[in-house]
Amino acid sequence: MDKQAKIELGVGVLVVLAAAALFMLAMKVSNFAAVAQDRPTYTLKAHFDNIGGLKVRAPVKLSGVVIGRVSSIGIDRSNYRALVTMKIDRAYELPTDTSASILTSGLLGDQYIGLEPGGDDEMLADGDEIELTQSALVLEDLIGQFLVKMSDSKGDDK
Amino acid sequence: MIRMLRAIGRWGLSRLRAAGRAGLFLFGLLPALAYPFWRIRLLLKQVYNTGTLSLPIILTAGLFVGMVLGLQGYNVLVDYNSEEAVGTMTALSLLRELGPVVTALLFVGRAGSALTAEIGLMRSTEQLSALEMMAVDPVRFIFAPRFVAVVLVVPLLALIFTALGILGGYLVAVGWLGVDDGAFWSQMTAHVDWQDDVVNGVIKSVVFAVWVAVVALFQGEEAPPTSEGVSYATTRTVVQGSLGVLALDFVLTALMFN
Repeated sequence: MDKQAKIELGVGVLVVLAAAALFMLAMKVSNFAAVAQDRPTYTLKAHFDNIGGLKVRAPVKLSGVVIGRVSSIGIDRSNYRALVTMKIDRAYELPTDTSASILTSGLLGDQYIGLEPGGDDEMLADGDEIELTQSALVLEDLIGQFLVKMSDSKGDDK
Repeated sequence: MIRMLRAIGRWGLSRLRAAGRAGLFLFGLLPALAYPFWRIRLLLKQVYNTGTLSLPIILTAGLFVGMVLGLQGYNVLVDYNSEEAVGTMTALSLLRELGPVVTALLFVGRAGSALTAEIGLMRSTEQLSALEMMAVDPVRFIFAPRFVAVVLVVPLLALIFTALGILGGYLVAVGWLGVDDGAFWSQMTAHVDWQDDVVNGVIKSVVFAVWVAVVALFQGEEAPPTSEGVSYATTRTVVQGSLGVLALDFVLTALMFN
């Protein structure tokens, strides 16, 4: 094998390895595959009293299956409640009396929006709002309530 | 006292002049950068010298860094019953920091120093002047192919390093320590973002490549034409190249991940 052929072979090995590495990083390691197949979505809105630690791009789940993502989080100026907009896969239609609650995956996991479909015949359309919402559980509030209940029940005993 | 101040001043001025010369050097290089693509053989030879010959060290280092990350990550995470997250941890630390940085550091030692020594010796044996005598522009013929090769090769090596590191972490975590196979990969896909993590890592390593290429070529060009001068220049390439990569990494991390 002459020198030029050896050089070309060596460069070829380098390029092929790098391409394989890039392919693995795209398909197996990162979310490139999910981003690439952008499926058509529609937008839903929901007001929450407290969103806890919800972040943009957090998953929206129906019975545990991811059907959409949170696209933006803001404050509604008119009533000072948190306004969450989410993009839902067009394949999934939801009844108008669907309720949304902010849940936590596991004890220390990320927060997500869990949807609970109702029984209505009408379906939510693009830009509609989910009226029934439940805020995130804030641990401090929970402990506060617990303490109040404890002191109440002690008072009853006397 | 005055003499000391004078020495400090002289030192500062000479540093500043060197920085200026390096800037001019890079500026002079820019118009010639398209040339290596017309003379593809020159470019291929440099890609082979700097890239393919660096593969063994990159492959071994990547594998072992990934294995160590897997082992350390497992030891910490197992206390919180979340040892599946070891894949996410390995992938994120490799993609964002270790892949680009360690590759650039290894590259400075393996190929940057060789470039400096090569060009320093070309200058001291007056090969560069000889080329000019033959009306061959050394900037287009010697410097541009090396610069382009380094900038192309370092990101490729960083990708290979990262992928192999993740495989190393996989070997240790799944093969040896018994982390669940499916959870290892699915947690990783859930937390690693293509744009934020993979693309930003590649951008980092392109920036490091430009820095390393400028330092290595400029030190070779500047080297006094003695054997001692060439050896000092090689040392300076490794020191300035490595420190620059670390400093740039801090700046880029602050810009990208905040």
